[in-house]
Amino acid sequence: MITMDDHTQPAAVRARGIVKSFGTGDTQVTVLRGIDLDIYLGEMLLLVGESGGGKTTLLSAIAGILDIDAGDIDVLGVPLSRLPPGKRTVFRGQTMGFIYQQFNLLPALTAAENVAIPLLIQKIGRHEAIQRARAMLDRVGLEDRTEFLPKNLSGGQQQRVAIARALVNEPRLLICDEPTAALDGPNGQKVMALLREVGRSPDRCVVVVTHDSRVFQYGDRMARLTDGRIVGIESIVREGTA
Amino acid sequence: MNYVALKMLFGDRAKYLMLLCGLTFSVMLIVQQGSIFWGLMMWSQASISNVNVPIWVTDPGIAQVDEVKPIASTAVDRVRSVDGVEWAVPLYKGLLRARLASGDYHQITLTGLESSTLIGRPAEVLEGRFEDILQPDAVVLDQWAVERMGGPGIVTVGTIFELNDKLARVVAIAKTQKSFTNIPVVYTTYERALRYVPRERRALSYVLAKAKDGLVVDDVIQRIREQTGLGAFTEEDFGVKTIMWVLKNTGIGINFGTTILLGFIVGMAIAGQTFYLFTVENLRQFGALKAMGASGLTLARMILLQAFTVGLTGYGLGIGLATVFGFLTARGGSLPFVETWQLLLLVLIALLTICAVSALISIVKLARLEPAIVFR
Repeated sequence: MITMDDHTQPAAVRARGIVKSFGTGDTQVTVLRGIDLDIYLGEMLLLVGESGGGKTTLLSAIAGILDIDAGDIDVLGVPLSRLPPGKRTVFRGQTMGFIYQQFNLLPALTAAENVAIPLLIQKIGRHEAIQRARAMLDRVGLEDRTEFLPKNLSGGQQQRVAIARALVNEPRLLICDEPTAALDGPNGQKVMALLREVGRSPDRCVVVVTHDSRVFQYGDRMARLTDGRIVGIESIVREGTA
Repeated sequence: MNYVALKMLFGDRAKYLMLLCGLTFSVMLIVQQGSIFWGLMMWSQASISNVNVPIWVTDPGIAQVDEVKPIASTAVDRVRSVDGVEWAVPLYKGLLRARLASGDYHQITLTGLESSTLIGRPAEVLEGRFEDILQPDAVVLDQWAVERMGGPGIVTVGTIFELNDKLARVVAIAKTQKSFTNIPVVYTTYERALRYVPRERRALSYVLAKAKDGLVVDDVIQRIREQTGLGAFTEEDFGVKTIMWVLKNTGIGINFGTTILLGFIVGMAIAGQTFYLFTVENLRQFGALKAMGASGLTLARMILLQAFTVGLTGYGLGIGLATVFGFLTARGGSLPFVETWQLLLLVLIALLTICAVSALISIVKLARLEPAIVFR
């Protein structure tokens, strides 16, 4: 069941007037046309809409990995879109976690080593980073797969490694791009349940780009993008909680 | 992140091996060709290094050590009279034909040493006593002469042969550096050398000299030039002059230079292309690292670490292989192969340049990389 938006938590992400185009001249394509969006702590927001609607571009802009042409994005009170690239990178490493459609695990590294990467980037010693990575893999149910290479893991297990990697440095904003696209139904449900659990934490929030309607039930709100505009933001009320 | 960089490098085994092979081959080619080239250069001035004296006095128009331009015999006394010269002795050097008992003829280089001092004699004697050169008709051969004239079974201590119809008796075999032309060297006294060769108006080939202790050799050389009108060089300068003549008047420099350059270019091309492909194929991974907070500097350091790790491994392997080649082929002095630290340093610099340029191409690619690539 879907209801209209009603929120009292502080905004973790505050986007205003976001415009983004690609190309120049006759080949210029405007992908985002003045997006306004708030994402609150303690929620999981789903970005949905047709392909080419601008979901991934908006996600990249929120994550600070894509420069925008106009507008402002504040993340956790920091004017991210106005930070110089270097500071933006540092901020991203300290506050955000990423989950990708294609997992993007480094094939030469074991599961534990992959999970340890965000900690290594933060200059935490390798021994400690691996210990914490193992503990995080334990939390996602992969305690017996810590020394496996990605190629020896199933798609669901690889995505759980990616989730462990995204969570290992305890990010306050979790950015997920089609996290269930490469997974079968049951594995997709498990992954979303895990993300939902993270999103429930009062000092964190999760943004998920998806077009998999089977996982809509896990979100708290859903923003629908069409042709570079948000055409509706709705709260999702799950059966039995309304 | 160094650990991650190295795991990424070694994890892609096929590319790692291709990179390693390319760089190893490049280093091996440069070191091998460079060592042979330098060996040839050492051979070309072997007549100087075998004599081992500080100052060579020559005809002023001399081009190189093997192109003897005789000077007047009075030159020895004129050099001795120059202020700062401690001693000066004559040296004869000329080509002659030796006739063995078997009737075989061999061209030889006859070297006549001043009999009272034997200055210019080889440092090491393999067989017999060098001092026996003072006996009547005595000559000393170098080991290459033994080899060229038929081997130890034919030429040894006690062997008698003819030089210009005059008797020569081998009393010792000396060890010398092989020369570029590999013409056998026959040592005798200066006076006897003049008896062996046809009479010429000017018979003196060189004056060997030494500056007094404490004096600047270059100053003494300058005085010799000014006061005698002759040419005068330090041993090093005469060697360099000879090497430069060889480089200028033979195709050796161009030949070896081309091969060494090819080694450099091939190494650069293979390393650059493979490394670039390695980076391009890992762009998503690098993009993910960038998205996770890895700075451009961190990624650049990772790339450099990868490049220099494979580069230095290739350097070690390449030098090892070139050294083994040199050891196997240059044993016994049949091939000139001189691996100097200067050459190894130059190759290291060349290799680091290859690695740095290869890494730089990848770093530029990564610097332009938008981490948003990971969402595509």
